[in-house]
Amino acid sequence: MISKNSFKSKSIGVVGLGSFGTAIASLLSEKNHVIAYARRAELVDEINSNHSIDGVAINPNIQATQDPEFLCKACDVIFFMVPSSAFIDVTRLFSPFLYPYHMIIHGTKGLCLNLPEGKSQEDMKVIRRENILTMSEVILKETVVVRVGCLAGPNLAKELAGGLPAATVVSSKFNEVILQGQNLLRSEKFQVYGNSDIIGVELSGVLKNIIAIASGALAGLGLGENAKGLLISRGMVELIYMGNALGGSLKSFIGLAGIGDLVTTCNSTLSRNYTVGYRLAKGETLAEIQTTMEEVAEGINTVRLMKNFMESTGTRAPITENLYKVLFGDLKIEEAVQYLMKYPFSVDVDFL
Amino acid sequence: MTDDYIKKKYEPILPQKDEWPVMKLSKSRKEFVKKVAEAAKNRILEFTGGKVEVLKEELETTHYREKLRIKQNPWAVDPEDDYDFWNGVKSSLVQLSADNSLTKVQRKKKYIDILDQITLRYAEEIASTFKHTHYKVTRSIVTTGFARLLNAARVKGFKRLFSNQYTLQDKIQIIGETKHLRDLASKGTIIMVPTHFSNLDSILIGWIISVLGLPPFIYGAGLNLFNIEIFAYFMNALGAYKVDRRKKNLVYIETLKTYSSEAIQFGVHSLFFPGGTRSRSGKIESKLKLGLLSTAVEAQRANYQKGINDVSGKIFIVPVTINYHFVLEAPSLIKEHLSITGQERYYQESDEFSTSLKISKFLLKFFTKGSDISVSVGKPMDVLGHYVDQNGNSMDKNGRIIDTRDYFISDGNITVDTQREEEYTNRLGNRIVQEFHIINRVFSSHLVAFTAFQMIKRENKKMDLFNLLRLPEEDLSIPYASFKAECKRVLERIFELRDKGKVHIAPHLRREIDQIITHGLENVGMYHAKRPLLKDKNGNIITEDLNLLYYYHNRLDGYDLEKLF
Repeated sequence: MISKNSFKSKSIGVVGLGSFGTAIASLLSEKNHVIAYARRAELVDEINSNHSIDGVAINPNIQATQDPEFLCKACDVIFFMVPSSAFIDVTRLFSPFLYPYHMIIHGTKGLCLNLPEGKSQEDMKVIRRENILTMSEVILKETVVVRVGCLAGPNLAKELAGGLPAATVVSSKFNEVILQGQNLLRSEKFQVYGNSDIIGVELSGVLKNIIAIASGALAGLGLGENAKGLLISRGMVELIYMGNALGGSLKSFIGLAGIGDLVTTCNSTLSRNYTVGYRLAKGETLAEIQTTMEEVAEGINTVRLMKNFMESTGTRAPITENLYKVLFGDLKIEEAVQYLMKYPFSVDVDFL
Repeated sequence: MTDDYIKKKYEPILPQKDEWPVMKLSKSRKEFVKKVAEAAKNRILEFTGGKVEVLKEELETTHYREKLRIKQNPWAVDPEDDYDFWNGVKSSLVQLSADNSLTKVQRKKKYIDILDQITLRYAEEIASTFKHTHYKVTRSIVTTGFARLLNAARVKGFKRLFSNQYTLQDKIQIIGETKHLRDLASKGTIIMVPTHFSNLDSILIGWIISVLGLPPFIYGAGLNLFNIEIFAYFMNALGAYKVDRRKKNLVYIETLKTYSSEAIQFGVHSLFFPGGTRSRSGKIESKLKLGLLSTAVEAQRANYQKGINDVSGKIFIVPVTINYHFVLEAPSLIKEHLSITGQERYYQESDEFSTSLKISKFLLKFFTKGSDISVSVGKPMDVLGHYVDQNGNSMDKNGRIIDTRDYFISDGNITVDTQREEEYTNRLGNRIVQEFHIINRVFSSHLVAFTAFQMIKRENKKMDLFNLLRLPEEDLSIPYASFKAECKRVLERIFELRDKGKVHIAPHLRREIDQIITHGLENVGMYHAKRPLLKDKNGNIITEDLNLLYYYHNRLDGYDLEKLF
């Protein structure tokens, strides 16, 4: 139905050139002409005249633009690779130029708040499911595009850029979107799996960031590998409970986008979320860490949102709750670890 | 949409009956049936992937199930040659599997021949027999006859038999996007999707379609209804095609879907009850049967494939809600609902609509006593659930015009992707449910039933629903003062929802709260032997039938109003 050479005439769009966006643009540019949207004029100039980003050479197949309309006209398939904090704004910026024939695949591992007009998170007594939007839900809400997908999985941008082997999950309710994603991204070094539970896959990528922060903290405290094994497995349970409460299916959480990504991020100093935890444990405050990080660690926002959401469901999420107190309250990280060690988890696995 | 009634008689949009799509269809009935049978056959062959073994198995299953149906659940409407036909299928199948002399190609052809026979028979059985003369008679029975009854009941004195003071439109109020619907019906193809609470709905909708000056719609009616003569007459007159819920085999279901899809492509306006069957619980449908709905999406794509890209090939979905104070079948519906969800006991259905006599009695009651009905016509949508403007253009939520055709495009071309269309159908189903809740109209009777039931529930917090419903009715009594206070609270919330455009209200809800409550108590389930809600001698609120109270309460399910309690 969709041949390998489809979209030969059309370019592929990439919106957002953070580290992950750049990595995806590079993967795409191996087979197709890519049009990338960037906000900064200097960056657009650098890409178009020097074929480089911040001095690092990129595939000349990548063309940059500041014009959403141009990108939407030239591309049928567009990858949205912007942080969750800017996601709604960018989607609204593109919305007037998007048509029903477009397909959007996003790679953002965060959540957005959907509050009644004029309210902030502080005003809300409880955060319910309808107050939380995954990125695919943002796209469906803000645009006429229905054929939406997401990318998730253990994809550390630096490793992808270095050409190391990896795999990802393309998830969508539409088989054609999955096939399209696979055709565009699959290469000798990059394996692409399909999954139809888009909410579950998005949530896997989002929720694992919480555990990654905790894992960084354990490492920062020098608590060793046994403790990390404990954290990952308890973290997995918590992730599944939270994910189910938001409407994802168990199968997705134990797949590549869930366990796969969790293990990678919990072990990697390349992960931003892990780094946040690590530096917290070394005594820095959240404010200090945030001012010196180049890109957003999605996990911080996720912890806050999920803590509020889980309160409304009445289910306990001990790791998230304690992390919240460390990040936004005055709980010492050592105390949080102590608390978790004493927490009466009686059953090992109770979700299968 | 305003809350105001629309009370006027519309001119027909197509005055000449020969221009009616349904007339054209009935004139070419024979060819149409053949076309459907042929298309259905090809569809099934596609399913079997051209494998003879799969086809053989499908045919054998179909035969087996049909024989079982004839034996276990025969109906009066079944054709007399039913048994003989399936016996014939059986002997052909047996012969064919024993015959070793045939080549592979010959065998395949023979199996396809059998399939051909079956789809043709099914298509013939499903096809409507619209007769214009019947239609005219029915329409005049409904309008004149019922108007007579109505006036007989309401106007006093000798003149009453001839009075035209009241017409059916005083009894059955129409609100909503009627003009928009008329505009689009003359441009494209309409699929009306009403909520379904009572067997009366089909007749009611048929009447409304005629009042609005629209040509008749065809719709799938349960074959069981054709067992009752009076209904059979009405149904045939209104262009009903027959849906036999006993037949659940692939061949039948595919033929049925093909029939619907081809009729839509023919340009005939259709009516689907997307809930599939009457709402058992009294709740507005929240899970829709997507089978027939998928034929709308399919037909839309097929029209685009044929290159009909203008409005004449466009399909418009129009949600409609029918609001009652009283549903005749409520007692048996709710019992059935509870026995299914509670799985407590097997419930033998004894439907109030089971005989012509019962239904006539009901109609008499209905037209001679109070209890109004209102019908809300929602905003027309395209098959993706986008609102459309007066000219049939789809719009996004910012009012930008978009082309529905683009949703079927991949790589620059219209493509057939059944998985995609399945998702679109899901989406359309969700949009229809959303619209139902928005255009639904709250009546005083819904308010009092909801409030009373929630108060009883709050008093018995620890009980689950089934224990709650088993409470002895005589022990339940709500003091009027607190009932009034709670009704007021719920009503305020309903007004808030209304102001946000999330629901509609009947004008009688703008009265004083005491009047509203009185009105509600008088009307809620008014003809039931056991009333769901009453005021006793001391002025307290009591119930005679908790199940019924629960049923009428359910109408306001889905608005989060229970959070007030």
